[in-house]
Amino acid sequence: MSNSAELASPAARRTPPKGRTRRVPLHILLPSLVAAAAMLVPLFYLGLRAFEADPQTLANLVLRRRNLDLLLNTLSLALGVVAMTTLMALPLAWLVVRTNIRFKRLLTILGVIPLAVPGYVMAYALIGLGGNYGVLAQLTGVQLPRIEGYFGAMLALSLYTFPYLFLNLRATLAGLDGNLEESARSLGYGNREVFLKIILPHLAPSLMAGWLVITLYVLGDFGAVALMRYEAFSYAIYTQYSGAFDRIYAAWLSIMLLAVAASFVMLDSLVVKRKLARVGTGVARPVKPMRLGRLRWLAYPYLVLIFGASVGLPTLILGYWLVLAPPDLSFFARVPGTFLRSAGAALPAALLSAAFALPIAYLTVRYRSTAATLIERSAYIGYAIPPLTLALAMVFFSLRTAPFLYQTLTLLIVTWAMASLALALGPIRSALLQTRPNMEEASHSLGHGPLSTFLWVIFPRLRRGILAGVALVFVLCMKELPITFLLAPTGYTTLAVTVFTRTSEGMLAEAAPFAAAIVVFSSLSVGFLLTKEGKR
Amino acid sequence: MQKNVIASATLLSTLLAAPIAAADLTLYSGRGESMVEPIIQQFERNTGINVNVRYGDTAQLAVLLQEEGQRSPADLYWGQDAGAMGAISQAGLLAELPDDIYEGLPGIYTSETGNWVAASGRARVFAYSPERVSEDEYPESIFDLTDERYEGRVGWAPTNGSFQSFITAMRVEYGDERTQEWLEGMRDNGAVTFRNNTTQVQGVADGEIDFGLVNNYYLPRFLAADSDYPVAQAFFAEGDIGNLVNVAGIAVLESSDNKDAALEFIRFLLSPAAQQYFTGSVYEYPVTRDVIQNPELEDFDRLLEVSPQIDLDDLEDLEGTLNLLRDAGLL
Repeated sequence: MSNSAELASPAARRTPPKGRTRRVPLHILLPSLVAAAAMLVPLFYLGLRAFEADPQTLANLVLRRRNLDLLLNTLSLALGVVAMTTLMALPLAWLVVRTNIRFKRLLTILGVIPLAVPGYVMAYALIGLGGNYGVLAQLTGVQLPRIEGYFGAMLALSLYTFPYLFLNLRATLAGLDGNLEESARSLGYGNREVFLKIILPHLAPSLMAGWLVITLYVLGDFGAVALMRYEAFSYAIYTQYSGAFDRIYAAWLSIMLLAVAASFVMLDSLVVKRKLARVGTGVARPVKPMRLGRLRWLAYPYLVLIFGASVGLPTLILGYWLVLAPPDLSFFARVPGTFLRSAGAALPAALLSAAFALPIAYLTVRYRSTAATLIERSAYIGYAIPPLTLALAMVFFSLRTAPFLYQTLTLLIVTWAMASLALALGPIRSALLQTRPNMEEASHSLGHGPLSTFLWVIFPRLRRGILAGVALVFVLCMKELPITFLLAPTGYTTLAVTVFTRTSEGMLAEAAPFAAAIVVFSSLSVGFLLTKEGKR
Repeated sequence: MQKNVIASATLLSTLLAAPIAAADLTLYSGRGESMVEPIIQQFERNTGINVNVRYGDTAQLAVLLQEEGQRSPADLYWGQDAGAMGAISQAGLLAELPDDIYEGLPGIYTSETGNWVAASGRARVFAYSPERVSEDEYPESIFDLTDERYEGRVGWAPTNGSFQSFITAMRVEYGDERTQEWLEGMRDNGAVTFRNNTTQVQGVADGEIDFGLVNNYYLPRFLAADSDYPVAQAFFAEGDIGNLVNVAGIAVLESSDNKDAALEFIRFLLSPAAQQYFTGSVYEYPVTRDVIQNPELEDFDRLLEVSPQIDLDDLEDLEGTLNLLRDAGLL
C-alpha cells in the first residue's frame, strides 16, 4: 500500500526496511487473529448443521427455482437501496462538511437519527401512512396508496441505512486536505473536474465501505422486508426457523446467503485502493467552506425532504400511537431502567468492536499482505451472517466450551461485537488511509514507542473515524433483536425486545414509548459522541 | 461522563449472571411480556417462587431449546401454538405431566401424548369490512373463498404460525390433495399475502382487502384503542375447519431440576383466577367454564359448537404443511 519515498535517515538503519517483509507487531497481529478466529465459530457451526441434512430433502430445498427468484429479488433490492442511499447521503455529507450551511451540528445529528429507528418501526410508519384508514387519511383526508412490496422495502431500508454512508463520507470529506484541491484549481481545474478527479477518488474507499455495509445489511434484514411483503432471501431463512423449527435447512440457506455476501466482499477488494494519504510537506488545511449562495433554494427543500421522510415520519407515527392510546405513567417509569439495560450492553459492545477494528484496520492499511486481507474480509462474516444463525452458533459454542458464560451479558456483548465488527471497520479504515505512515516513522525515529506514537500521533487523526465506528455499532446494538432474544441474560429486557413483543401483539400504542426511547436516547448518545470529535 | 459511569456500573453488576437460586423457575415465554407479566407476578405473590422469564418469539425459543438440549436452563416453555409444542415434544425435550392436570378440560384442549397442556385458546375467524361486505357475502365455509366473487379480496398470512397450524388441521381433516387444491385455488384467486394477523386487520381497515383470515383476539385490541375501527369479524358455519381453535401451550422441560415448582406454575395457569385474566384482559378463550365470560367474545359454548373436532397432537406435521406451502409457491 505504502511505498512513499523513504528518506535515508539514521533511524532508517535501525528500523527494518519497509514493505511486505516487515514483521507485524504482536499487539496488532494478536487481536486481529483473535477476531478472525472468532468468526470461524459460526462457520464451523453452519458446517456442522449442514452435514446433518438428508440429501434428498436437501436437493429439493437448495435446488429450487424459487431460490433463484429470491436471489434476484434480494439483489435488485440491494441495488435499489444502494442507489437511493447514495442520492441521500452524498449531497448531505457535502452540505454539512463543505458549505457554509447553518446548523451543521444539528444536521449531522439528524443525519444519524434514522439509524436509531428500528426497521419494523420504519416499516410500520410507511405502511401506516397510506391506505384509507392510514394516518394521512385520518389527519388530512388525503389518501395515498399503501406503500409496500419492492418500493416499500427499498424505501424503508434506504431511510434507515443511509446514515452508514453519510457518516463514512462525512469523516472522509472532513479529513481531506484542502491544499490538494487548491493545487488542482491552480492548475486550471474547474469545479466538476476537481470533484471527479480529486474528491471522488478520495471518497471511493468510504463509498465502497458504506455500500458494502448497506448491501450486507439488506441481505440479512428481515423486519422491514417481511412487513413490506417483499420476498427476499432473508425471508426464506427466517421462515425455516420460525415455521419449521428447523436448523438444518436454515443452515444451508445461511450458507447460500453467505456465499452471496462473500461475492460482494470480494468485489469490494477488487476496487483499486490507491494511496490516499497526504504526501509532501506542510500542514493539512481544512477546506474553506463553499458559500451556498443561490444553491440554498435547492439545498433547503432537499434537506426537508430527506429528514421529513427519515426522521419526521417515524416521529409522526410514534406520536400518533402515543396520542391514540396514551400509555399510563407506569410505562414511562419503566423506560429509563430498560434503556440502561440496552445501553449497558450496547456501549461495551461498541467499544469492544472498535478496539478490535483498530488493529485489523492497521494490519490491512500498514502491513498489506494476502493474509491481512483475508483477516479483514473475515470480519464481515459476523455482519453478513443472519443474526439468528450467529446467535445459535454462539449458544452451541458456549454451552460446549464455556457453560458459565452462557446467557451472561459477556456473551451478548461479545456476540454483538462480532456482528458489528465490520461496521466499525469502515470509518476507522478510511481514517487510517488518510494518515501518512511517515508520521509514525518520524515519531518512532524520535524515540517514541508504539504506544506513545499511537496516543499522540495516530489517535488524534483517527479520532473521528473511531467515534463514527463506535456510534454506528452502539446504535445498531440498541435496536438489535434476534441475538438479544437468544443470548441476553434471562429477564434482561432491552428496549428493542419490549418494542418488538408489543408491536407483534398488535399493541402499537403500548410499544410507542419504548420505540421513542430507542430513537431519542440513541440520537442523544450519537450527538454526544459527535460533539467529542472536534476537541483535541 | 455520568452516563458512562452509570453504564459501567450496570455492566459490572450484570456481566456475569447472578446465580439463580434453586427455588427459582426459569420460563421461556413465546407469549408477549405485556400479556403474561401480570399473571406471572400474581403467581410469584401467591407462592413466593421467583420466576425468571426469557421473552422471545415462540419459534425462535423452540429452536433455542433444541440447540440447548439437555443443557437447557429452562424449567418451563410457554409457546404460542400447538405446532411449536408438538415440535419440542417430538424432539423429546418435555417431561410427562401427571393425569390430574388434564381433568375437566374440554376435548379441544387436550394433548394425547400428555406432556404439554393448553393454557388458553384462540379461535380462527374471518375479519371483514362491514362497509364493503354485505351479509349475503359472508362465507359459509373457508372453502368458499376460492369462488370468483372473492377474487383479490381475501388476505392471508402463509408464514404465520397460527395460519400454518390451521393448514395442518385442514390436511388432517381433508387430506393433502384437497388442501393443496384449496391453497392453489386461493393463490389463483388473488389472495393477498400478509406477514401476520395484525397487518391483515390493518389491511381490512385500509381497504386493501375485504376479508382477512385471522385469530379472534387481534380485532378486540384494535377496538379497545379505537372503538370506531372499521373492521368486524365472524365465524364460518358450524364445524368448519376455518374456525379451528388453536392454543397456547405450556410444558415442563425434561432437563428441569425443579419440576415440582414448574408443575405448580402450570396448575396456577389452569386455575380460575388465571383463566379469568386470559379471557378478560387478553381476549382469549378460557380452558374452563368456571369463569365470567368476556362479552366481547363469542360465547364459550358457541365456540365449542362451531369449532371443528381436531386432536391437537395431530397438528405436529408442520414439515408436510411447509412442503405444501412451498409447492404452491407461498413460502
